Amino acid sequence: MNRSPVNGVPAQKIVVNRIGLSRSDYKGNPTTLCQGCGHNSISSQIIGACFELNIPPERIIKFSGIGCSSKSLTYFLNRSFGFNGLHGRMPSLALGAMFGDTSLKGIGVSGDGDTASIGLGQFKHLVRRNAPMVYIVENNGVYGLTKGQFAPTAEKGLHLKKQGVNPYMPVDICMEALVSNATFVARSFAGDPKQVKELLKAAISHHGIAVLDIISPCVTFHNHDDTLHSYSWGKAHEIQLHDLTYVPARDEILIEDFEAGDTREVALHDGSVIRLKKLEQDYDPTDPYKALHLLEDAERNDLLVTGLIYVHPDLPTVFDLYNLVDKPLNRLTAQELRPSPESLERINQLMF
Amino acid sequence: MTLAQPSTTVGAQNNIPPIINDFCITFSTINGSGSATSNTTLLRALFKMGIPVSGKNIFPSNIQGQPTWYSLRVSKDGFLGRLDRDDIIVAMNPDTIYNEQTFLVPGGVLIYNDSLVLPETRQDITIYPMPVKALVKEAEIPPRLKDYIANMVYVGVVSQVLGIDLDLVRQALDFQFKGKQEAVDINFQMVALAAEWARLHIKKTDPYRVEPMQETTHCILADGNTAAALGAIYGGVQFAAWYPITPATSLAESLNEYLPMLRKDPQSGKNTFAVIQAEDEIAAIGMAIGAGWAGLRAMTSTSGPGLSLMAEYLGLAYFTETPVVVWDVQRVGPSTGLPTRTAQGDLTFANNISHGDTQFVLLIPGSVHECFEFGWRAFDIANRLQTPVIVMSDLDLGMNQWMSPPFEYPSEPIDFGKVVWEEELDALIEKVGGEWGRYLDVDGDGIPYRTLPGNRNPRAAYFARGTGHNEYGRYSEHPQDWMRLMDRLKKKFQTARNMLPKPIITTMENASVGIIGCGSTDFSIREARRLLSRKGIPTNYMRVRALPFNNEVVHFIEKHDRNYVVELNRDGQLEQLLSLEVPHLATHFEQVSRLDGMPLAANWVADTIIAREEALQ
Repeated sequence: MNRSPVNGVPAQKIVVNRIGLSRSDYKGNPTTLCQGCGHNSISSQIIGACFELNIPPERIIKFSGIGCSSKSLTYFLNRSFGFNGLHGRMPSLALGAMFGDTSLKGIGVSGDGDTASIGLGQFKHLVRRNAPMVYIVENNGVYGLTKGQFAPTAEKGLHLKKQGVNPYMPVDICMEALVSNATFVARSFAGDPKQVKELLKAAISHHGIAVLDIISPCVTFHNHDDTLHSYSWGKAHEIQLHDLTYVPARDEILIEDFEAGDTREVALHDGSVIRLKKLEQDYDPTDPYKALHLLEDAERNDLLVTGLIYVHPDLPTVFDLYNLVDKPLNRLTAQELRPSPESLERINQLMF
Repeated sequence: MTLAQPSTTVGAQNNIPPIINDFCITFSTINGSGSATSNTTLLRALFKMGIPVSGKNIFPSNIQGQPTWYSLRVSKDGFLGRLDRDDIIVAMNPDTIYNEQTFLVPGGVLIYNDSLVLPETRQDITIYPMPVKALVKEAEIPPRLKDYIANMVYVGVVSQVLGIDLDLVRQALDFQFKGKQEAVDINFQMVALAAEWARLHIKKTDPYRVEPMQETTHCILADGNTAAALGAIYGGVQFAAWYPITPATSLAESLNEYLPMLRKDPQSGKNTFAVIQAEDEIAAIGMAIGAGWAGLRAMTSTSGPGLSLMAEYLGLAYFTETPVVVWDVQRVGPSTGLPTRTAQGDLTFANNISHGDTQFVLLIPGSVHECFEFGWRAFDIANRLQTPVIVMSDLDLGMNQWMSPPFEYPSEPIDFGKVVWEEELDALIEKVGGEWGRYLDVDGDGIPYRTLPGNRNPRAAYFARGTGHNEYGRYSEHPQDWMRLMDRLKKKFQTARNMLPKPIITTMENASVGIIGCGSTDFSIREARRLLSRKGIPTNYMRVRALPFNNEVVHFIEKHDRNYVVELNRDGQLEQLLSLEVPHLATHFEQVSRLDGMPLAANWVADTIIAREEALQ
């Protein structure tokens, strides 16, 4: 499915996906973040996931708040509409915007300060409404753009150069999402790109809010070997819940079966499947009680547990509750939007 | 009947001429006791008699047990503003009855529940006791309804004393209870019983009465919040997000009431709208701005404290050129202030909300009729200019019932502004020479073209951002880019001046004095002008309806050495904004502002201006 030759010159062999787009059609501008920043790795996994899922970039809308993470929106999917809004307020902006055309998929990128500090309220309300979008928190435990202050996800006792010692317990984003009745909660690690990409594909296919808390080390202000949000700590302490593979609906028959008893499958609303190959334990991600327990356990034992923590694939999204017309609202015509003159006469009769 | 009680007339003249269709009656009750039904029943009955009438609810920030008042103004001349005196008082609240009398004019009437202890009374008023308890008992009202029905006693007594047609009271109850026969019957039974008692036992010695007129024949009775919601619906509102706040709540609730009635797709029965109750005002405006960016006709409604919370987001909308409509139903600030009292105190704040150099388009409706008009027009203006429009209503306009000409069907087609979809975009790109820019000033009016999410043209997407950007939406900190952008935004506001509703100017012969006002003070100012002209001070009057101001506003100011700027706030905010517009004419303004939580009274306006004019002699 190569692109057709131009002026008789054979095109270079470009890999294209099922809709005839190449990876570069999903690219953004060059990053301006620090070299080695975990966020850049996440951006390229977003590009990879969308390319491999064969989604036209025009069918995605990007959102972000304020901070290093939020800047990364311009480093992927240039052909998608995007809105870089206010600090901590991305959820409301995204929710309103997606009402414009509910057939579009939202991808939000936020940071730990943006989500767990100033934006905690809006985050939790977006989650509880089950707005169908991917909500990525690029979590590095530090304020980068203002040069190294404690973020609300920083662990108690963390020492930072100018700030001293963090006296407070951290906010656990996955826990907050769970208790707000999120329908898809996952944690991953920017140093584990394969898992990030598979989770992203599942999250994009999920019918509802998909919260991805991705530990994404800040190489400039917060990459000490002994702290929770660093590459080396993550590599040493990551415990994968399962070996996760996303299987698109139409590919299902092509994938050879795993050995029975070895795998769990979660069917998503669109017919695709998340295959979870058992590793050390047999974890059931559809049980919210176990999910909470898992997170509590991980915190007590100082572990970075990654994978799909919780999923409920079939709950209604916010848009399912509004009985909206099939046509995107933002394509309705004047005639479809203004009631008739006769109806106003009837309304006037009621005004007494 | 065994309930005979003497009516007492203390010192009132029996031979004074009757006062017909020209008085103010105030009902003093306890909030939460169901008096609103009684009050609006009388309002509607008078309206049905063809008499111009207005009702003002003066209520506490409380659910139950505190004093509340409802003033009904009957005005054969059609003046609907507040009066700061009462001709008749109906006292149902033991806590306030003593104070109440001080507001009565000489010769006024006090009608009171006879179970209240009548304090030492004035000697120049007429007093009618009502045996409320006994009448309720006689009517055999079910015990659980007694407290609510008790207020119907005064409906019957007042109807009898003033001569209100009981058939019309019944019609009003029919409307109130939406035809629920049992409720209508039980209330009307009480009304009729009380009226009959009054006919037998009250010897009328006061001069007040009503007579049918033909002045309301083609009129409607509505509050401004309902009118605003309906206007928005006919303006094609597609998305509304809101958070409960007095006095704006009923605007959003009216959307919820009327949208399902008016805006379902006839074929599928599905909705062409969505209304969300947000978690707070920040989220409400955020959702509305997101929706506006995605091309929906989006709005929110709030009051001062909510508007404060929306400041940051409105700056983003201004800077990203996102259309959105905000209704600010003003109440008394600063801070929580007086949540249930009216004011025009958000004008200067709304005009420049948010940090940095910002400017906002304000619309200021002066009647429920205009609430409806600005309800639809605000979307057209916001979409045409790609900027927020803030509509400055207030509690008096928004929550009180006003008689009004019927709502008028929009005179102009829906305007989506400069939106380009797939094919149009290709044409536009050709026109601008190969590369489209979201913020390119193609037409020289400062207003760029925009695409909407969902547009499948691969060149349609752009990145909206609150950070510095160039014509193509790309991040830029370049000084020239910044200046060009900010200058273009300013130019857009020059374009706005001629698109916005013009001021309404009315003149009098030989007038040299100007009066300037805005919003709901219109009714009182009109009445004050009559009082002034009777004192030999003819006036010209301009009611400003939008900011930024257009040239007609400036011309009016120029024409008068003294422009009394009448408004409902402490600092003279409209006067401040006018002075900024024409600093060289700042000496042409006289501040006539007041804020005590009450709607302005015409005689205060007139007296203040007369005193100033006399001081000049």
